[in-house]
Amino acid sequence: MMSVLPYLVAAWIFLVGCYGLATSRNLIHAVGCLAVCQSSTYVLLMAVGYRNGGTAPVFSDIAPGSRPVVDPVVQALTLTDVVVGATVTALLLALVIQVNKRHGTVDPDELSELRG
Amino acid sequence: MTRGQRLWLLAVGLAGVAVLLVTAYTGLPDFGAASHPYGDRAVHASLARHTANVISSINFDQRGYDTLGEESILFGAVLGTVVLLRQTRDERQVEPAPALVLPAVRRYALYLLPVTLVVGLYVVAHGQLSPGGGFQGGVVTATALHLLYIAVDYHALERIRPMGLYEIGDAAGEGAYLVLGAAGLLGGTSFLANFLPLGTFNTLSSGGTVPLLNAAIGMEVACAVVVLLARFLDQAVEIEGRGEK
Repeated sequence: MMSVLPYLVAAWIFLVGCYGLATSRNLIHAVGCLAVCQSSTYVLLMAVGYRNGGTAPVFSDIAPGSRPVVDPVVQALTLTDVVVGATVTALLLALVIQVNKRHGTVDPDELSELRG
Repeated sequence: MTRGQRLWLLAVGLAGVAVLLVTAYTGLPDFGAASHPYGDRAVHASLARHTANVISSINFDQRGYDTLGEESILFGAVLGTVVLLRQTRDERQVEPAPALVLPAVRRYALYLLPVTLVVGLYVVAHGQLSPGGGFQGGVVTATALHLLYIAVDYHALERIRPMGLYEIGDAAGEGAYLVLGAAGLLGGTSFLANFLPLGTFNTLSSGGTVPLLNAAIGMEVACAVVVLLARFLDQAVEIEGRGEK
């Protein structure tokens, strides 16, 4: 059980984010929920890469081979994930500002009409 | 569909996804297990190319092409934000009034500004040696400038932040990455190959092209974050619609 717990935490964060996204009454809140969904992928990637007793995969202060290191590939993927997540969040927030200017509301339920 | 029905549909969907995820996760290797074939190979490749920070080696050498894509997403997102947040016809620009800043806030923000700037540049420059690199250092460097907004006011920030220069810096960082990649072609190897001398392990000049690509990314990220924050700050501080006041 203990060995799947970190993966389950990732699943739980993802589902909570999805729930918030689907029930959101405010687009800014929805963008925040999307960020929560995305942070579950960080937890999942880190959990996949962990090794018991492992340290950071940086050899500037430890001799290569002297200690086990955690998987650097998933850490690099997480870095990509963080950068993409941050920029997409910024883009979505800019869209929310424009929606608010055009329609005067940020409630997705009130945004059903089409306007040129 | 009513709200209640929607919630039921959502509950069914989420339960289905939860079952799928748990089934998939029980098939994964145990948490903390010793077998990491890709990780071991990546560490080996990184040490063979004299890069002490394995993550930098993966990002800027072993999968440099992926990082080019990632950098382009950053560039595209900033471009999109700039386009979305421009001043529209029915909006006007107002002069932001200087706000009162507590002396303690002013003092510490001004002390920390040069420190943060140096830390950011240090993190970029040592990306191939220590934890960090262009992405992280770039963000720290960009934040340093905004301490001026906290310490003094918006005008002071605007004075050290000529937008045009930062937009050019953003594009130049993106371009420099491509040019460094193409330089490999001229050097007789493949695109984004690590063609430079690898240097001595664990010194500033180690890693071949890694520190250069790192610097290009650092420049792009720093400029992109400044541009991004400037557009959002403009919306918050300067631009007003017809109805507001």
